[in-house]
Amino acid sequence: MVELKINGLVHQLDLEPEAPLLWVIRDEIGLKGTKFGCGIASCGACTVHVDGVAIRSCVTPLSAVAGKEITTIEGLTDGGPTAIQKAWVANQVPQCGYCQSGMIMAVSALLKVNPKPSQDELDATVSNICRCGTYERIRAAVAELVASAEG
Amino acid sequence: MRTRRFVLFGGLATSGALIVGYALWPSDRLARFDHLAAGPQERFLSNWIKIAQDDTITVVVPHQDMGTGIFTALPQMAAEELDADWNKVRSEQAPADPEFANAALAEGFGLSREGIDPQSMPPFLRELALRGFGLIAEHMNLQVTGGSSAVRFTGVYGMRVAGAAARTMLVRAAAERWDVEPDSCSTRMSRVYHDATRRSFSYGELVGEAARFDPPLDPPLKSRRSYTLIGKSLPRADIPDKTNGTAVYGIDVVVPNMCYASIAICPVFGGKLKSVDTGVISGRRGVRKVITLEDAVVVVADKFWRATNALAELAPVWQDNGNASINTAAIYEKRRSALDLGPLVEDLSKGRGERALEGRIFEAVYEVPYLAHATMEPMNATAVYHDDKLEVWSGVQDGLGARAFCAKIAKLSLDQVQFHVTKLGGGFGRRLPGAFNYLDYAVKTAMAIPGIPIKLIFTREQDMRHDYYRPNVLSRFQAAFDDANRPVAWINQYTTEDGSNPEAHIPYAVPNQLYKSVKVNTPVPVGAWRSVESSWHGFFIESFVDELAFQSKVDPLQFRLSLLEHKPRHTAVLKRLALEAGWRTPLAGHHLGVALFESFGTIVGEVADISVDSHGSLQVHRITAVADAGTTVNPNGLRAQLEGAIVFGLSAALYGMITIERGSVVQSNFPDYKMVRLKECPRIDVVLLDSDAAYGGGGEPGVPPLAPALTNAVFAATGQRFRSLPLSAGPFRVPGGSTLVR
Ligand code: FES
Ligand code: FES
Repeated sequence: MVELKINGLVHQLDLEPEAPLLWVIRDEIGLKGTKFGCGIASCGACTVHVDGVAIRSCVTPLSAVAGKEITTIEGLTDGGPTAIQKAWVANQVPQCGYCQSGMIMAVSALLKVNPKPSQDELDATVSNICRCGTYERIRAAVAELVASAEG
Repeated sequence: MRTRRFVLFGGLATSGALIVGYALWPSDRLARFDHLAAGPQERFLSNWIKIAQDDTITVVVPHQDMGTGIFTALPQMAAEELDADWNKVRSEQAPADPEFANAALAEGFGLSREGIDPQSMPPFLRELALRGFGLIAEHMNLQVTGGSSAVRFTGVYGMRVAGAAARTMLVRAAAERWDVEPDSCSTRMSRVYHDATRRSFSYGELVGEAARFDPPLDPPLKSRRSYTLIGKSLPRADIPDKTNGTAVYGIDVVVPNMCYASIAICPVFGGKLKSVDTGVISGRRGVRKVITLEDAVVVVADKFWRATNALAELAPVWQDNGNASINTAAIYEKRRSALDLGPLVEDLSKGRGERALEGRIFEAVYEVPYLAHATMEPMNATAVYHDDKLEVWSGVQDGLGARAFCAKIAKLSLDQVQFHVTKLGGGFGRRLPGAFNYLDYAVKTAMAIPGIPIKLIFTREQDMRHDYYRPNVLSRFQAAFDDANRPVAWINQYTTEDGSNPEAHIPYAVPNQLYKSVKVNTPVPVGAWRSVESSWHGFFIESFVDELAFQSKVDPLQFRLSLLEHKPRHTAVLKRLALEAGWRTPLAGHHLGVALFESFGTIVGEVADISVDSHGSLQVHRITAVADAGTTVNPNGLRAQLEGAIVFGLSAALYGMITIERGSVVQSNFPDYKMVRLKECPRIDVVLLDSDAAYGGGGEPGVPPLAPALTNAVFAATGQRFRSLPLSAGPFRVPGGSTLVR
C-alpha cells in the first residue's frame, strides 16, 4: 500500500512502488488534466507540483512521492480560476490546449519562487513543449502577471 | 409537393482542401435530425443551426476542435447573417452521423440520388456543386477538418447561407403573425422588429412557425460594411476549459471496465510479425491478453504502464519483407536519378517554356527531408466490440470518415458502428483520413478481446516511428536572364508521390515557364503535414527567387516587387512587410531574409531577423509576418494561427528531419526530434491586412514562408546557401540542436 496525497486528499493505493505518478494521477485517481506527451521527462505535458516544486510526473515513481503534497491542475483550480488561468484566457493562449496544464503548472511553480521573472528567466525555466506554438502568448500572459504583481 | 431543406455537401481536393456547398433537402430527413441532436424544445432550421425557444442558438459545426478556433469563427459567421445576439450563441460538434455529413452526397442523399438539378441551386453555389461532384464520389463520408477549409468553405458556403436562410424564415414567421410584409420587418440581437408599430418577437418565440417554411433558395447576404460580428476578435469559447484541465481529449475518455493497450508495430515499413514468445509475461500482474496482429504485438492490461512494461519484455521476431535495405541516402538517390532520368510529366508550360532557356543560365537543386507531425497528444483510440457492434472514441480530423473506416476494418455496416469525436491534442494533418493506423489497431485489438473496452495509446516512440510523414522531396530549378538581368525563363522539375502540384506555380512575372514532375514512391508512408505541398514548394520557390535576386545583384525584396507588378495583393503584403520588419534598417550585426507565399487563399510574407556569431551560432531574433487573408472573421484567432504556424515552421527549419535506416525511422522522441521551446522562440509580430478578397484559410498559410525566410537570412549573414533542410544538419550550431551529419 502506498499513501498518496493529491490536492489535499489522501489515497491508499495497492500499486507497485515503481508505478509512474502520471498514470496513477490520470487513471487511478481519475484526474485527467495532467497529460502524457513523451514519457521521458522531455516535454513537460505531465508537470505537477510536489511540495510546491514542478516535476515531470511521467518519470516519477510512486515511491518517490509517498507522503508528499502533490498538486495537479485540478488542485490549482480549486476555488475558481487563478490569476494565471485568467491571464491565459485574457491573452487567448491555448490552441489545442493539450500542453497547457503542464505549462500552467510550470509557470505557477516559477511564479511562486520568482513572482517577477524577466522574459529570459521565464524562457530559461519553462522548457515545456507547445507543439501549437503558443509561446509568444505565454510570454504576454506572464508579462501581464508580472505587471500586476508590480501593481 | 414535398418540402425541402438545405443539405450540405462538399468534396475533398487531393491537396486535402475541402469544398463545401449546400443543396436541397427533403424535409422528411428533419425528423431524424431532431431525434439525433435536438432537445424537445428545439427544432432544426437547417443542419447547421438550431434555435431553442429560450433563444439559445446552437451552431452545429461539422468539424473537430484541434485548437484553430473554428468553434468560435464559424458560429460568428452564422450569427452575423442571422443577426443573432452573440451572448446566446453556442456551438456544438456535429455527431459523426451521415445526417451531418459535410459532404452529404457521401451517404447517398446527395443531388444525384434526389434528382435535384444543380441549375436550381443559387447561382453562386452552382459552379462549386458541379466542381465538387466528381471529387465527392471518390471520398465518401467527409467531415474533414483540414486544408484550412473551415472558414473558407464551411463558413462561407454553409454558415453564412444557413444563417441568412434562418433569418429569412424567422422574419417570414413574424410578418405572418403581424399580417405585414416581410420587407417591413428588421432584425437585430435575435429579435424580429416591426418598427412601424413598435412590435417585436424574439427568435425563440418564432421558431415553431419559422420551421414550417422552406429555406429560401438564395437568401440575401449582408454586405461587408454592415458586419457587426465578422471582423471582431471575439474570445474563443473553447479556451477556459483548456486552462483548467477539463477539456476532454481522446486519451482522457473513460469507459467503465476499460483496459489499456500498448502496441509494438513492426519497425520496418511494410514488414510483418513472424513470431513472438509471450511466455515471458504470462501471469504478470494486470496483463489480460497478448494479441498478435499481422504487423504488430499488442499487450492488453489493466493499466497502461503495466501493458507498456510487459510489452517491453517481449522480443517479437519481425519479417522485413525486403524493406530492410531502405535508408535515407538510397531514397535520395532514387529521387535524384528520377529527376535525371524521368519519366517527367509536364504539368504547365507558359510562353516558350524550355526553349527560352538560353544565354546566362542559373541552376540549383533543393531538398526537404521527411518530417513527423509529433502532435502533442500521441495517437490513441478507445474501442469496444461486442455482438456485432463497435463503439469507438478518438480525436480525429474527420469523424464520419473515421466511422466509415472503423466499419470497414470491422467488416460491419455503418449502422453497427458508433463513433465519438473528442477534442484533438493537435492535428496538423496527422488525424486525417488516410492516416488512421491507430484506429485500425484499436479496432482490431477490441475485436480480439470482445466485450472489453480497450484504450490503445501509442507511446511517443511508436507515434514518431509510425506516422504518415511529410515526404522527402527534391526540386531542380533552371532560370535564364536577359541582357537587363531580368529572369526570362523559369524551369522547375520536382519529385512527387502523387501527381503534379499547382503549388509549384509561381506568381512572378517570368514570361517563359515550364513545370514537370516525376513520381517516386517508397515504402515510407506519407501524408498531409500542415500546409502540405506548400510546405516544400514554398521553400523551393522562395529560395530560388532569392538566389536569382542575388545573381541579378538586386535587393531580394525589390527583386520580388519588380516581378509582382500585376499582383496588387502580393505587392501590398511585401511593401507593408518591408515597413514592419525594418527591411532597410536592420540592427547592427543582424541580417534579414524575406519570403512570400500564397496558400489556401491567404498571402503571407515573412521576414526572419537573425544573427550568426563568430562561432557559427545562429540566433533567430524576430519573425515579422504580414498576411492578407481576405476578409478576416476573427483577427486575434487568425493571428494566433499565424504565430503557431511560424513556430511550427521554425521547428522544422531548424531541427526537423526524420531519417530512415534499415527500413525504419531512426528518431523516437523529442530529444532526437527537436522542437522549438520558449528559449529558442523568437519574438513574433503578425500584421493582418484586411482586404476585400474572399475569405482565406488560417491554419496553414503561415508555415511555407518561414523556412525560406530563415535560410535567405542565413545567406545574407554568411553567404552560405542552404538548399536542404534542416539548418541543424549544416555547419551551424543551432540553439537547442545538436549538429547532425548526413
Ligand atoms: S510526458 Fe512527462 S515530460 Fe513528457
Ligand atoms: S496548445 Fe497545443 S500543444 Fe500547446
